[in-house]
Amino acid sequence: MTRHTLAVLLENKPGALTRVAALFARRSFNIHSLAVGPTEHEGISRMTIVVDVDELPLEQVTKQLNKLINVIKIVELDDESSVQRELLLVKVKAEAGTRSAVLEVVELFRAHVVDVAVDAVTIEATGNPGKLRALLAALEPYGVREIVKSGAIGIGRGSRSITDRALDRVSRSA
Amino acid sequence: MAQGHPAADQASTTPRPAPSPAHAAAAAAERARASVPQREEMTGAQSLIRSLEAAGVDTVFGIPGGAILPAYDPLMDSTQLRHILVRHEQGAGHAAQGYAQTSGKVGVCMATSGPGATNLVTPIADANMDSVPLVAITGQVGASFIGTDAFQEADIVGITMPVSKHNFLVTDPADIPRVVAEAFHIARTGRPGPVLVDVAKSALQSRTVFEWPTDIHLPGYHPVTKPHSKQIREAAKLLATARRPVLYVGGGAIRSGAADVLRKLVDLSGAPVVTTLMARGAVPDSHPQNLGMPGMHGTVPAVAALQRADLVVSLGARFDDRVTGKLSSFAPGAAIIHADIDPAEIGKNRAVDVPIVGDLRETISELVPALADEHAKNGLPDLAGWWATIDDWRETYPLGYAPTADGLLSPQHVIQTLGEMAGPEAVYVAGVGQHQMWAAQFIRYERPAAWLNSGGLGTMGYSIPAAMGAKVGDPDREVWAIDGDGCFQMTNQELATCTINDIPIKVALINNSSLGMVRQWQTLFYDERYSNTDLHTGHGTARVPDFVKLADAYGCVGLRVEHASDVEATIKKAREINDQPVLIDFNVSRDAMVWPMVAAGVSNDDIQYAQGISPAWDRED
Repeated sequence: MTRHTLAVLLENKPGALTRVAALFARRSFNIHSLAVGPTEHEGISRMTIVVDVDELPLEQVTKQLNKLINVIKIVELDDESSVQRELLLVKVKAEAGTRSAVLEVVELFRAHVVDVAVDAVTIEATGNPGKLRALLAALEPYGVREIVKSGAIGIGRGSRSITDRALDRVSRSA
Repeated sequence: MAQGHPAADQASTTPRPAPSPAHAAAAAAERARASVPQREEMTGAQSLIRSLEAAGVDTVFGIPGGAILPAYDPLMDSTQLRHILVRHEQGAGHAAQGYAQTSGKVGVCMATSGPGATNLVTPIADANMDSVPLVAITGQVGASFIGTDAFQEADIVGITMPVSKHNFLVTDPADIPRVVAEAFHIARTGRPGPVLVDVAKSALQSRTVFEWPTDIHLPGYHPVTKPHSKQIREAAKLLATARRPVLYVGGGAIRSGAADVLRKLVDLSGAPVVTTLMARGAVPDSHPQNLGMPGMHGTVPAVAALQRADLVVSLGARFDDRVTGKLSSFAPGAAIIHADIDPAEIGKNRAVDVPIVGDLRETISELVPALADEHAKNGLPDLAGWWATIDDWRETYPLGYAPTADGLLSPQHVIQTLGEMAGPEAVYVAGVGQHQMWAAQFIRYERPAAWLNSGGLGTMGYSIPAAMGAKVGDPDREVWAIDGDGCFQMTNQELATCTINDIPIKVALINNSSLGMVRQWQTLFYDERYSNTDLHTGHGTARVPDFVKLADAYGCVGLRVEHASDVEATIKKAREINDQPVLIDFNVSRDAMVWPMVAAGVSNDDIQYAQGISPAWDRED
C-alpha cells in the first residue's frame, strides 16, 4: 500500500464531514489522517485526507467520494508538486540539567517553545511528516510526556488555485 | 446538469418504461396543476404539501404520527395528492418502490419520527441497491429537542446516510421548497436512488413563505449522461471484431428506458445476450439471442457463454457477486466494455478495457450507428461457431425441473403456468428466495417493468407492498405478487391496505411450509440438518396461520390449491376477480430445489445443472 494525499472541496453543510468519514469506514478504506477547515470562499470547506491505499482502490475512493452530493472537487496532491505540512505540539521534560539541550533541539528544528513550566516545556513545530518524526526522535531521550498532532494539510505549488477553478464550474452551472 | 426545472420534475425528460395512456394524461394534468402561484405565506406543513404538489407527486404511501402530524392536516385538503394509509412503514417504502417502477415516476413515502422513520430504513436501503427513485419524507422532533433523546427521536439522517443517495434535515421552514425540489432532482437523475427529507416538527408548525425554486443549484452533483465518443468508437471496434461476444445486460437498461435501442443493438450485433435478475424483460425472452439469466441460478448457456466469452459488453450491470461467482475466475478470457451511469461501478469489481460513463439509453443509441459503421468497413463478424457452441448448450441444458417425489405440487409448474396464463402484459412482483428465482427463470418476460423484485438487498417481505404500489402506479395492469410463505408473513398486513383502498392485486403464494432457500442450503451444505426453517403453514401441518382464512379476514378472496389438476382452473378463477384482492395458497413440495446452481464462492465453471450433474465442458471445447 502507498500513501496518497487528497484535497477535497466540499459544501460547508451540516453532516458533510460525517458523510466523508463514514464513507471511508463503510467501504473499508483506511484514513491515515484527516484535516478540515474553511477556505477563502464562504460556504466551501476543504479537507486534506491522507489514505493508505493502492492505486486501484484509490480510484474507487475518489469515485465514491465524488458520488457524495456535497463533494465539489477532489485533487490528488503528489509530493513533488505540492507542499504538505503538519502541526505538532509536544510536551517534553526539561529540568535544570537538560533544559538547554532540549532548547538546542528546538533551535535546530526551527521549532518554538510556547509554554514553560518548572520541569517541562511545550514545543510547537510545523513541517512535513519526516521532519516532525525526526524532531520527536531527537526529543525522545529527554522524556516526551504528551503529543498532539494535526492531520496533514496540503496545497499545490504554483499560482493556480483549485478552489477558483472549482467555483468557476459552480457559477457556470448556476 | 445541476440546473433543473423542478416544476417539471415528474414529467421527466429521461425516457421511461412506456406508461399506459392513462398515465400520460395524469402526467399532463400534473404539469398543469404544478403551475402554482410562486410566493405565498403559509405554515411549513402547508409548504411541504405544496412542494410535493409542485414536484408533480400524485400518490403518497404513509402513516401519520406525532412529529409528521402537522403535514397530515393540509394533506387532507390536497386534491392532487392521494395518500394511501399503509399498515407498516416498511410497506409504505416498498409500495413507493413498486409505484416508481410501473409509473416511471419518483415514488414517495411518508412517516413520522423515531420508529416510523427507522421502519423506512429497509426499503430505503433496498431502493439504494436497486437504483429505484424514491423520496422519503419523515417528521423529526422539534428543532429545540433534537439531540436530547426526546420522545420518538432518532437520527434518521445519520442512520440512512450509508443507505441513501442523499438526505436532508430541515429545521428552517423557508428551506422546505428548495430541499423538496433538490430531493426529487437527485432521486430521479443520474443513477436513480432514494433521498430522505427529515423535517423538524417545529419547521412544519412555523409560518413561512412558500416559494418554489426556479432552478436547482447543486455544485457537487453533475451526473455525466453523455458518453465519450472515443470510447463509443473503441467499443464498437471491439464488438465488431470479437469472435465470442456476450452482451451482459443489467437493471440500468430498465432504469434508463433503453429497451428499444437495446433491441437494435442486439439485432445489429448478432451477439448472445444475458439479462440479469434486475434486467429480466429488458430484452424479450422470446428473442432468439436471449440466453436468459446469468449467475448463481442462471441458465447453463448464459453462465457458460460468459465464462467462455472473448468480449463481455456490460450494459447497466455491476458485476455483482451473484453474477460473477468467484470473481477471479469470472469470464477469464474476456475483454470488458463497461457502460454505466455511475463511474464508481466501472472498475469496482472487474478491470475494464473500455469504460463508458453515461446514460445507457444515450450510450446504446450512439453505439448502434458506430457498430454499423464498423460492419460497413470490415464486414459482419462471423459468429457461427460461437452460436453452434451456444446452441449445443441450449439443447443439452435447457431450463427444467424434476417432478416432485412427495406427490405435492411442483412450485416450478405453478409459476410457469401462472406466467403462461397471465402473459407478458401482467406485472410480476416477487419476494426473496426460491420462489423469486423460479419466477425469474420460468416466467417469460417480454417487456421492461413486468418483473419487479428485490435484487441487491434481497429483502424478504418486498412482494406484497411492492405489488400494491405497482398496481397503483399502473392500475390497468394485472399485478401478481409471487410470494413465499416466509416472505408473506413479514408484510401481509398490506392486504388490508389493498382491500380498503380498492387495490385488487393477486397473490400466488408458493407455500412450501418453510424458509425454502435456506432449507435448500441446509440440504446441500448442512447435511440436511433443518435448523429453524420449518414454518408449519403447508400441507399436512397445523397451518398456522391458515392463509385462506387470513385472506378472508383481510377481505380478500382466499383459494387453496393442493393438486396439479386444480392449478389452471384456480388461476383462471383468480384472474376473473377484479374487484378485490385474491390470494391462492399453492401447497407445494418443500423438497423442490432451485437449479442450476453455482455454490457461493466457487467458480461459475463449476455450475451444477441439477444436483450432482455438472456440464462436461470439454466436449464442447
